[in-house]
Amino acid sequence: MSNSNQFIHALYDDDDTLLSAVKEIRSEKYNIEEVYTPFPVHGLDKALGLEDTRIAIMAFIYGCIGFIVSIAMMNFIMIEDWPQNIGGKPSFSYLENMPAFVPIMFEMTVFFAAHLMVITFYMRSKLWPFKKAENPNPLTTDDKFLVEIELHDNEKVLKSILKKSGAIDISIIEKQE
Amino acid sequence: MEKQMNYTFPNKLRNLAIAFMVAGLLGLSYGFLSAPSTIEESKAIIAASHGDGHGVDHGESITESHGPNSEHDLTESHKNEESHNDSAAGHGQSINHEKSHDAEHDEHVFHQLSNKPWAALYVAAFFFFMISLGTLAFYAIQRAAQAGWSPVLYRVMEGITGYLLPGGIIVITLLLLSSMHFNHLFIWMDPEVVAHDKLIAGKTGFLNTPFFLARAVFFLGGWTLYRFFSRKFSLAQDHASDISNHKKNFRISAAFLVFYIVTESMMSWDWIMSIDPHWFSTLFGWYVFASMFVSGITAIALITIYLKSKGYLEFVNDSHIHDLGKFMFGISVFWTYLWFSQFMLIWYSNIPEEVTYFITRIEDYNLPFFGMLVMNFIFPLLILMNSDYKRINYFIVMSGIVILLGHYMDVYNMIMPSAVGDQWYIGASEIGGFFFFLGLFIFIVFKELTKAPLLAKGDPYMGESERFHY
Repeated sequence: MSNSNQFIHALYDDDDTLLSAVKEIRSEKYNIEEVYTPFPVHGLDKALGLEDTRIAIMAFIYGCIGFIVSIAMMNFIMIEDWPQNIGGKPSFSYLENMPAFVPIMFEMTVFFAAHLMVITFYMRSKLWPFKKAENPNPLTTDDKFLVEIELHDNEKVLKSILKKSGAIDISIIEKQE
Repeated sequence: MEKQMNYTFPNKLRNLAIAFMVAGLLGLSYGFLSAPSTIEESKAIIAASHGDGHGVDHGESITESHGPNSEHDLTESHKNEESHNDSAAGHGQSINHEKSHDAEHDEHVFHQLSNKPWAALYVAAFFFFMISLGTLAFYAIQRAAQAGWSPVLYRVMEGITGYLLPGGIIVITLLLLSSMHFNHLFIWMDPEVVAHDKLIAGKTGFLNTPFFLARAVFFLGGWTLYRFFSRKFSLAQDHASDISNHKKNFRISAAFLVFYIVTESMMSWDWIMSIDPHWFSTLFGWYVFASMFVSGITAIALITIYLKSKGYLEFVNDSHIHDLGKFMFGISVFWTYLWFSQFMLIWYSNIPEEVTYFITRIEDYNLPFFGMLVMNFIFPLLILMNSDYKRINYFIVMSGIVILLGHYMDVYNMIMPSAVGDQWYIGASEIGGFFFFLGLFIFIVFKELTKAPLLAKGDPYMGESERFHY
């Protein structure tokens, strides 16, 4: 890739303006590198043309794993390893004691789905503890929205497009890698 | 202003509704006519149904073992009354006990069989009434929450709640007939039973016929009153210059919800739980509520999709259907949560007077009991989990039909085991009752839909609702 290392940063102060700006920029065939927002903007993923997330499928699979683990776990603990007489139900069969295990089956399903989903999300977003923030402008953690576009000798045209789309501030930065 | 297109009730649908009602009436009358009027008839029915109900080999063995027994019953049934007076020695006594037990059993079965068409009628009447009441609660929640997504569906909901009053009057009429001893659905209405039953006698302060009927009228009166005014304000808002009608609707909806959750709970004790007056469950009201809520939402979705497929409701988009689908999914899970909470506690504690409820259902109603769980939980869970499927009409309609039938089974499971015991089968009166009330429901709901424009255009949130996009 022939990277110029030069990027243009456009700052917006409203999520609706940002959404229409993103649509405008993309309709002019410019490639948006990244958008930084203080909160999830509804419909931004579609406007950016991002692929649908596959985390829902993973959530289902993780839930199934948790479900199976809970069954194996309760079967080992309560039936095989140490059967107990609880409420006059000294049953040695998982199926006959199943209603008592349903809450655990449910909780383990949720537990696995939730935790593994978060871990997956961190891994896919390349986030880990003590990682230095990649955020180029701290204002985007407050109330501003930032669009990052790579620059290739088209500064003038791009600047006018961005200005027209409602950007409140446009700056050009150089990235050292 | 642009032209407001009113809905016209298509003749085809009207004829279908009438055909359902006629067919249902035929089924019901057959059910009532074929119900036994004497103990002898009831025994003949049992003997016949055992003969052809089973496989050849099995059937033979049953008729063989039953044959002499029932002859014995027939010839000696008149002697049974005397058997109490005989105080013979040990061996003889046990025979006499068996005989009197047989007679009691025969009478019991006779009551169950003569209850059956009434119970089937009651299940169907209550089920369709419940759809309308659940929709009314959903509607009131939208109003009280000032929801922005749903105003495009208000007229559909108002159409469905149009069935509330007629359906409620039918249910109360059935309760009235029960209290006049046309049937034995509510055994606590029989003074003879109460006199010999300490437990019921202790409950007569609450469970007595006049108070029971007064409560029923009070409940239905309150719900109907809200429905009447809410509809009135909703129609008035269409042509209003300010939003005062909308605000009034907001206020009465919030008040109604408080009234509703108390009265709905008591209604479920009265109209369903008291059929088995010895048994009680403290979360029964919630359980019935979940059932009626999901049925109501499903009915809204199905009727919306039907109207849209006929070219009406052009302002409803797939995001609205998606939201209804989410509610169908969520409330199905909520229903399961309540069902299981009720089941597990009773199963675990295993207290005889409580657990008898589930023992009857698991032993005698195994297929409808567990089948209902599949239809109301597993099926919607797996089908409606996917976000994209909730936007596809086909999936919503398919799972909606399964959910509605599943909740019919749910009501069936609540009422039938207490009313007819193990003498159940899906016969003419069950199918007839279902189709009669289905026809009546379609007829009244679609008639109500024609009475007002399908867009409540004066609603201040209408713009947001029309633009609603997820």
